[in-house]
Amino acid sequence: MLKFILKRLVLLIPTLLGVITLVFFMIALAPGDPARVMLGERANAEQLAQLRSELGLDQPLSKQYLLYIGRVLRGDLGKSIVTQQKITDELSARLPATIELAITATIFASILGIVLGVAAARRRNSWVDYSTMTGSLVGVSMPVFWLALVLIMIFSVGLDLLPTGGRMDVRLYFKPITNYYLIDGIIMWFREGNSDYFVSALKHIILPTVALGTIPLAIIARTTRSNMLDVLNQDYVKTARAAGVPEGKVVFRYALRNALLPVITVIGIQFGMLLSGAILTETIFAWPGIGKWIYHSIGARDFPAVQGGILFISFFFVVINLVVDLLYSVINPRIRLK
Amino acid sequence: MIDEIIEEEISPPAEPGFWKESWYQLTRNRAAMAGLVIIAVFALMAIFAPLVAPKDPLIQTISARLTAPFTDGYILGTDDLGRDLLSRIIYGGRISLIIGVVSVGISLVLGVVLGITAGYFGGWVDRVIMRIIDIMLAFPYILLTIVIVAILGPSLMNAMVAIGISQMPRYARVIRASVLAEREQDYVLAERSLGTNNLELMFRTILPNALSTTIVQATLGVGEAILSSAGLSFLGLGAQPPTPEWGLMIASSKQFITSAWWVVTLPGIAILLAVLGFNLLGDGLRDILDPRLRD
Repeated sequence: MLKFILKRLVLLIPTLLGVITLVFFMIALAPGDPARVMLGERANAEQLAQLRSELGLDQPLSKQYLLYIGRVLRGDLGKSIVTQQKITDELSARLPATIELAITATIFASILGIVLGVAAARRRNSWVDYSTMTGSLVGVSMPVFWLALVLIMIFSVGLDLLPTGGRMDVRLYFKPITNYYLIDGIIMWFREGNSDYFVSALKHIILPTVALGTIPLAIIARTTRSNMLDVLNQDYVKTARAAGVPEGKVVFRYALRNALLPVITVIGIQFGMLLSGAILTETIFAWPGIGKWIYHSIGARDFPAVQGGILFISFFFVVINLVVDLLYSVINPRIRLK
Repeated sequence: MIDEIIEEEISPPAEPGFWKESWYQLTRNRAAMAGLVIIAVFALMAIFAPLVAPKDPLIQTISARLTAPFTDGYILGTDDLGRDLLSRIIYGGRISLIIGVVSVGISLVLGVVLGITAGYFGGWVDRVIMRIIDIMLAFPYILLTIVIVAILGPSLMNAMVAIGISQMPRYARVIRASVLAEREQDYVLAERSLGTNNLELMFRTILPNALSTTIVQATLGVGEAILSSAGLSFLGLGAQPPTPEWGLMIASSKQFITSAWWVVTLPGIAILLAVLGFNLLGDGLRDILDPRLRD
């Protein structure tokens, strides 16, 4: 097992180097002069030359590339042109918001997806099955940003139940503790006996969670259903039924465990996607996470920020996928033997 | 004469009437047919847009701003500039279908060339190509697309290029896998021994066998491309005003959701239906053409 993990970790190195290389060249070889693009048409030659030397753009490409790799390996992603802050600081300030939303969306999608998938498989070709399958097909066909706006239209504008954006009611003058607002809310609840913060954080996260979680929900429900159908047809399940084991025990004790193995991989991959795919959702709900920040950096032509942001997210994505793979091989030893 | 006989005996083991049989099965698959009908309706509307659309999609009637559906002859109402929403949605279908087909076309060409080259030649060629593919897959799809457009500059054409490049890895993988499976088959070896050159072997002999999987992927890919391009346009990175693109229509009217539900809701339903059509058809095709891929 240890050997297997080590092997996978070693394989990670070329992938990550490749990611750095691709990110570097995507930006470096982009059409147009980055300095000109960043400073706009009115910049004079002096300003351009200064920015070029600041960014190392006056060096030959090969040297720029080596310098870039060296900096990234030391954990230095450079400075944002707009804010002049270190990009690593900008990212770590926004990471909790993104992670918090990705976690709630994953929990929402997993629980509901597994329940619906199992229900559909148990009553195959019933209305439960048809509506779950139709619903999940509609779910993956829906534009997330549109769903987000429709949710705002119904629950914020129409029913006035939930806020349209942000993470916490500004009138609460909230000072973040861990930057995970739901956890902070609970801490404040214990500390001051005031549940307002938690309730506000919860209300703010519901709509983004539903918007972001819908596609994973659809995918998880489909995967659960088809795996469950496979398992329910296997001999050991038939034997258990024939032996008179109660149906509930057959489904939940015997079948579900095996059916969930592949679902766990799907959930893990979806979690990795959510961390990155939140650009649209975060932008619409004014959710101050990494996705929204990358979007604004693109708008501001802040190329070092964009570069750093993508690199960071892709690293995250690669590592999460690796963890999912390893986790899967822990639960399912057959993979390791291959 | 002899050539003909040889030709016949060593041609790939395609069962007689495979496509006919598949089409028969497809007509019996209700979901797939529903998808096909949806696509056909959108395609017909797109082709005959000038005849079907009640008004010019770009003409602004300021006096008729934000007219509700079914009033004053505006079947689906008007947007904030008084443009007829139904006409804009019909013309939007044109754009979305073109985006879907062109993006998938771009990724197919790239994916087929890379996949077949990697699978056919093997060795270091294969390793280099697949390494690049793996690295591309290390980027989350949406992020990769957004970044490519951000670099190339926001426009509809660049959005299609970006989507095409981002979707390419999956085609390359699928095609490489089929090539690997076919490469050592008897009929390929026989063709080779007859002196058929590499290019012909790759594209005429081996490629057709990767076709069914690719068709499934491409059908689902069109739906995904429509969805991605709408997202890009929504972010201002795709189509530019006043193009009647569905995602852009939603973006430019999102501040009116408090007063006019239709300007945001209806273009979204159009996207949903079009993508649903391709997903229904793709799922159906997968069941018929490629049972291995069933989830």
